[in-house]
Order: sequence, then C-alpha cells, then structure tokens
Amino acid sequence: MPDVAVIGASMTQFGRREAWIRELLAEAGTACLDDAGVSPEAVEHLYVSNMASGEFEGQTGVPNALAHDLAAVPAYTQRVDQTSASGGAGIYAAWQSVASGASGMTLLVGGEKMTHRTTGEATDVIASLTHPVEYKQGVTLPSFAGLTARLYLDRFDAPRESLAKVAVKNHENGVRNPHAQFRKEIDVETAMEAPMVADPLRLYDFCPITDGSAALLFCPERVAREYTDEYAVVSGVGGSTDTHVVHERVDPTTMGGVVDSGREAYEMADVGPDDVDVAELHDMFTILEFLQMEGLGFAPEGEAWREIERGTTEIDGELPVNTSGGLKSKGHPLGASGVAQGYEIYKQLVGDAGDRQVDADVGLACNVGGFGNCVTTTVMEAAK
Amino acid sequence: MTMEAHRYEDGSITYPGHPRGPNGDEPVGTVDLSDYTAEVVTWTTSQATPPGVREPNHLAIVEFDVSGQAVRALCQLTTGEVSIGDEVRPVYCEELRDPEAGIREAASQSWDGYRFEPVE
Repeated sequence: MPDVAVIGASMTQFGRREAWIRELLAEAGTACLDDAGVSPEAVEHLYVSNMASGEFEGQTGVPNALAHDLAAVPAYTQRVDQTSASGGAGIYAAWQSVASGASGMTLLVGGEKMTHRTTGEATDVIASLTHPVEYKQGVTLPSFAGLTARLYLDRFDAPRESLAKVAVKNHENGVRNPHAQFRKEIDVETAMEAPMVADPLRLYDFCPITDGSAALLFCPERVAREYTDEYAVVSGVGGSTDTHVVHERVDPTTMGGVVDSGREAYEMADVGPDDVDVAELHDMFTILEFLQMEGLGFAPEGEAWREIERGTTEIDGELPVNTSGGLKSKGHPLGASGVAQGYEIYKQLVGDAGDRQVDADVGLACNVGGFGNCVTTTVMEAAK
Repeated sequence: MTMEAHRYEDGSITYPGHPRGPNGDEPVGTVDLSDYTAEVVTWTTSQATPPGVREPNHLAIVEFDVSGQAVRALCQLTTGEVSIGDEVRPVYCEELRDPEAGIREAASQSWDGYRFEPVE
C-alpha cells in the first residue's frame, strides 16, 4: 500500500460570496492544481465534499460539473456527503483512492453556498439530518450544543468563561488568516454579554453561516517527489459514527465518534496525542473544542477547560488548536470545513502558514458531522 | 397518542425504537413513556429557531426510570423555569411544530407528541 502524500492545497475567501456552488468549487479546484503544478488531465479521481447543494441552491450533480469546469474529464467523480464532516470524509475517500492504487492523482474539493438563505432556513437544512422524533421538537444543532454545554459546566464545575475564552482565542487566530470570515478580535466580556442563542451559549459560542470552498491534491509519495520536496503525508485516518439519535448516548458529554476515529487514526499513524504539534478541531460550537480535546486524549475527561485557562491551546502554547481561527472565526461552509482543516494542517507542516506558522511536524484534524454523529480524524506529517 | 419506546431481548429500552437494539437484539415489546414522569438531565432555551418552530423553544433531555431501566428522550418543555434534576410529566400537544413550514416533507412523519411540564 503506497504512502499517500498531499502535494497541493487551496482555499477561497470564506464569508458572504457572490459566487454560487459551481463557481466556488472551480475556484478552489483550479487554485489547488496551480499550487501543485499539476495539469487537470492528470487527475484520475475527483471527489467533491458537499452536504446540501440541492437543498440550498437546487444544483445537484456538482462533481461532474466540476470535472467539466476544470477540464478534468474523464476523471472518475464522486460526491461525499457526511453532513458537516463531508470534508473529513472526503479526505478519507481521497486517501483510500490513492492508498488502494485505484488512483494515481486525486483531487478533493469541498464547498458549500449558504448565505443566500436566512439563518432560520440554513439552520433547518442542517437540522434535517436529525431523527423524526428530534426534528418535530424543533431541535437545532445549536440547541444540542446548549444542552451539552449546560451538562458539561454542571458536571465538571467548569466556569462559563472558559467557553468564552475558546471564542476569544479562535477569533485572535482568525485575525492572522486572510481567508477567514471574521478577522476581528473579541474579548471575554463581549462574548459573555452577547445575545443568548441556546442557553447557556451566546452568539460568540457559535460559528457563522458561510460560503466557501477548499481543496487538497493527493498522490502516492513516490509521485509527490516528482513535483516537490515540500509535501505532507497522510499517516493516519480514521472514521467512525455515534448514534443518530443524540439523546440515546450513554454519556452526552463524550463524543464516541471522536474517540473511535481518533484511536483509529493514531494507530494507523503509530503516534499518540503527545506527538501532535498542532490540531484543527471542529469548533462549530465552543463546547465542541473541549469535547474533542478530551475524546482525542489531549486532556482527561472533564479537564479540557483547564487547558484553555492555562493557555495550552493558544498559538504560542504547548498544543496550538485552531491556528486557522477554526470554524468559529474562519467560517463553516459545511462541505468545505473538513478540507479547510486539512489545508491548515498541510500549510503548517510545509512551513507556509504565514503569520500563523507554528513549529510542527505532526498535525491532526478532527471533522465532526451532526452533533458527533459521524467523525473523521486525520493525522498528517511533514515529509521526511 | 402514545410515546412508544421499544424494549429489546436484553432488557434495554430505546426511544425511539429501532429494528435492532443497542446490543443488536430484536425488539420484543413496547413501553408507553407517556405513562411515566421523568427527570431533567439537561435543558436549554433555543432563541433562534427554524421556520415553523415556536420561539423561544424550551428543550430538554429527560430520563425515565422504567422498572429500573433508564431510557431518555429529547422533548419540548412548557417552561424555561426548570433545573437539572427536576421531575417533569408529559402534556399532549397536537402539533409540536408547523409541519408545512420546514424542509422536511410533512407526510413523512408525525408532528404531535408531548411537551413536559414540571411536577409541582
């Protein structure tokens, strides 16, 4: 089985964009091929991570459309929908395609167009992933976050301010990211006094609604060396699910999909949490950063909040988390987010992260779908 | 109207029911949870609700004790004046949200059910 390398990456400006889904995907796809110096006809497999272009825009069949727009025909194409974890699942699919020998050059593009919808409409499209007994209650993903945050704070005696500090940290990182939707620092007081969204969580505990796309280019490591000396290797990837019905989980403050996918990725990469130098975690809601830190072994159960208090996860801390600004500040175009996490880790590993650069040889990305319903964790390492 | 949970061969109970239980067992019976009170595990008040959902929307995860077997449900509350550990009871509601307003096909599922109110 060949080692799988990432030899190119791109992401578009995240935020409110005039472009529609086809244009967004083509923008990231062409930029990624240009970044790697690979021609479109070299692409054998083309994967598109996208949750809901049909529901949001009435545009389906986007992988084939993208192959045409990129002049990558007759590449094999496939859409990857794993809700908010579509991007991570796309990394898994792209890795499989190369590791299996089925493809010698695989382009992954993730994207979503959302901002033309009202917040209520976009929230409803996302909430449509829930079971009928959940959906009829009017549950939203933010309300799952409120339910879980209240239990976490109560059970582990964590201060409410610790969640605000996650938002403050990720906004500070986002200022350094030219592609981020929000490049604006906030302080704890602002986060603590913002309008309530899902008690006890307030406005700055939530990611925005976003348009954008991102792309990664994969090939066997022996091929990578023909193009560049600066590449990353996907050394571990794991994917897992938890219950569809969220309240059926034995422990609502443990994300089983994070635990299982992380374990799988660590085992494949033959590394552990102490080896990770930089991590991108799916902070769709601030509470998720704590739950993933614990699920991935970066902190014991109920203790992740202490790490934000200690500064461990700041950009100059022992384990920088969400140097990109995270979904919180960078934005969350559903299908793009997991790919953009991979973009950030790739940039950190090849030393091209600009003002956000940290010293990193091993990076991890955790992409969460639903409220932990499906998760993909990826470990990447700098080329040796 | 019932709030039907499934009981499986190994004694476990889930709401909603599934073709197989958490340990892979087939369902062997049902339990009507609307006959029981429950305890609030956690709760929230959602201020930003989708089309057709009341605003604000008080929600909770509650836990029932069915002859020593715990079973949980997500439900609407009649009030946001609750605390973790409070006892609540079901109150029938003909339409928990407007079936015609959201993205879900109205005919694909039921829309009535129970809201829970604190037991004084």
